[in-house]
Amino acid sequence: MNLKTTNPALYYLQRLAFYLLVLVIALYLLAPFFWAVLTSLRSAGDLFLTPAEFIAAPTTFNNYVQVFGNPNFQRGLLYSLIVAVGSVLVSLLLGSFAAYALGRFRFKGKAIVLYVILAVSVFPQIAVLGGLYTLIGNLGLYNNPLGLILSYLIFTIPFTVWVLTSFVRDIPAELEEAALVDGASPLQTLFLVLFPVMMPALVTTGLLAFINAWNEYLFALTFTSTNRTTPVVIANYSGATQFDQPWGPIMAASIVVTVPLIILVLVFQRNIVSGLTAGAVKG
Amino acid sequence: MTVQTTAPARPTRTRGIEAARARQAIWLLLPTLIAIALVAGYPLYRTFYFSLFEANLTSPEQRTFLGLGNFWFTTEDGIALGFLQDPKWWGAVKNTLLFTVVSVFLETVFGMIIALVVNSAFKGRALLRTAMLVPWAIPTVVSAQMWAYLYNDSFGLIGRGILGGQAVLANTDTAIWALVAVDVWKTTSFMALLILAGLQSLPGDMYEAADMDGASKWTQFWKLTLPLLRPALLVALVFRSLDALRVFDVMSVMLGNVNAAATSMTGYARQALIDNQLLGLGSAVSVAVFLIIMVIVVMYVTAFRVKFD
Repeated sequence: MNLKTTNPALYYLQRLAFYLLVLVIALYLLAPFFWAVLTSLRSAGDLFLTPAEFIAAPTTFNNYVQVFGNPNFQRGLLYSLIVAVGSVLVSLLLGSFAAYALGRFRFKGKAIVLYVILAVSVFPQIAVLGGLYTLIGNLGLYNNPLGLILSYLIFTIPFTVWVLTSFVRDIPAELEEAALVDGASPLQTLFLVLFPVMMPALVTTGLLAFINAWNEYLFALTFTSTNRTTPVVIANYSGATQFDQPWGPIMAASIVVTVPLIILVLVFQRNIVSGLTAGAVKG
Repeated sequence: MTVQTTAPARPTRTRGIEAARARQAIWLLLPTLIAIALVAGYPLYRTFYFSLFEANLTSPEQRTFLGLGNFWFTTEDGIALGFLQDPKWWGAVKNTLLFTVVSVFLETVFGMIIALVVNSAFKGRALLRTAMLVPWAIPTVVSAQMWAYLYNDSFGLIGRGILGGQAVLANTDTAIWALVAVDVWKTTSFMALLILAGLQSLPGDMYEAADMDGASKWTQFWKLTLPLLRPALLVALVFRSLDALRVFDVMSVMLGNVNAAATSMTGYARQALIDNQLLGLGSAVSVAVFLIIMVIVVMYVTAFRVKFD
């Protein structure tokens, strides 16, 4: 049965084909990003070079200097951070209350609540865009990071509730019962007993919600005019004239907002996979 | 029988506790329910409401009732004003459906191949698994700009090199395939991750038994792996399809908002609603997008009996 001994030629041919496939996959996944990094390190004049000359051209950090000196980009980073962290904190707080109720309590209408929350996560954002626009206008939150934090709850809350509920269900009931017997209120139980156990889950969900909020484009484009988040700044990054696309600085800005995410994702690899599967399989 | 005699005392106590717990559960859920009502329920109601009116985004108070006029309305001079009479809307629907079907199909096939490769034992497996996460971690707008640059007809590796200076994004008919390629690159990782998680939960001894029986790898894949992977695969399919149907950012960044309106349903709706300030017409288009997506969700759930619990 062992191909290595019965037919070594075929075995090594198979191994070679397999590693070739691995190489093709790795190139496919990484080459576009590699090219963006390379472009961010080249001067504008070098863009006309052939690919081989382009790779060999001298490295410069001018694009990064230019990007960090751009007031729109500076503001974008600040607002992205405020909006993403704000919506993560709000949705984790509300989401863990809801997840505790849905994962540990029995009451009438629980299935309905779960399905309503699931239905909201299936919503196309465009279905609420007009209504949210007028609501944000009425609340005086247009062009205000708070308006974005509020509107982002539409996708961060259903997600956090679903993922945290599946985690809460897996927590052994004894923990909570012990707290109940000692006379702890539900909020005390949640904060003092369950939160420490839920920490990995909170980190995972928070991280995934952060990534979603950091990347959001449609609401950020619609509900702000000057206080833009980085995706909108990058999408509208313009040069001296309307038709001049400053690719070097655009790629540099792109790398700046991407690298923190890649580092976070690589550090929390395992959590992310478990969070994604819990989130996807359970809603 | 002895159990029955002691029974009456306990249920009342547990019922009391149950009732108290149910009340506490409502309080714990209340903030979330209020938030959802505020950011989803109320705006959705407003969208349905305004779809029946002629109204401007800047002054929604001044509105006139139109009934279904935003959807279908022909003036006495024969001018068609409803969006369902606009060929551009149907172009956007066609392009979105094409985009969804082709990109989700390719993502599933590529995702399956990548997941199977990463799931087998070889040197450098951990590295490939890490590389797999990179496209997924890149923000959509960034990946759209990256690819817009690659497709650029005078600078881009693809646009200048492979396509020989052809401006592929300038024409909606060719742009749609370029956009499919971008979406496939960006989200194949997500598919691969979910399929990989499914693969790793399959029992290994099953394959040993299949090997003993002399089943080829090919047969094992079709008869064992695929059927057992079905639940994980379906959930991934549903989520990817929904994301693709409501796509906006890739089109908006790579084509600009004007051409995005001809390429995606969301882009068409946003142009009417925000760029043209037509609250009534834009809401009507949003209702249509909402209904199309809901119908597809129901079709998926009933046809494949997808379970979410």
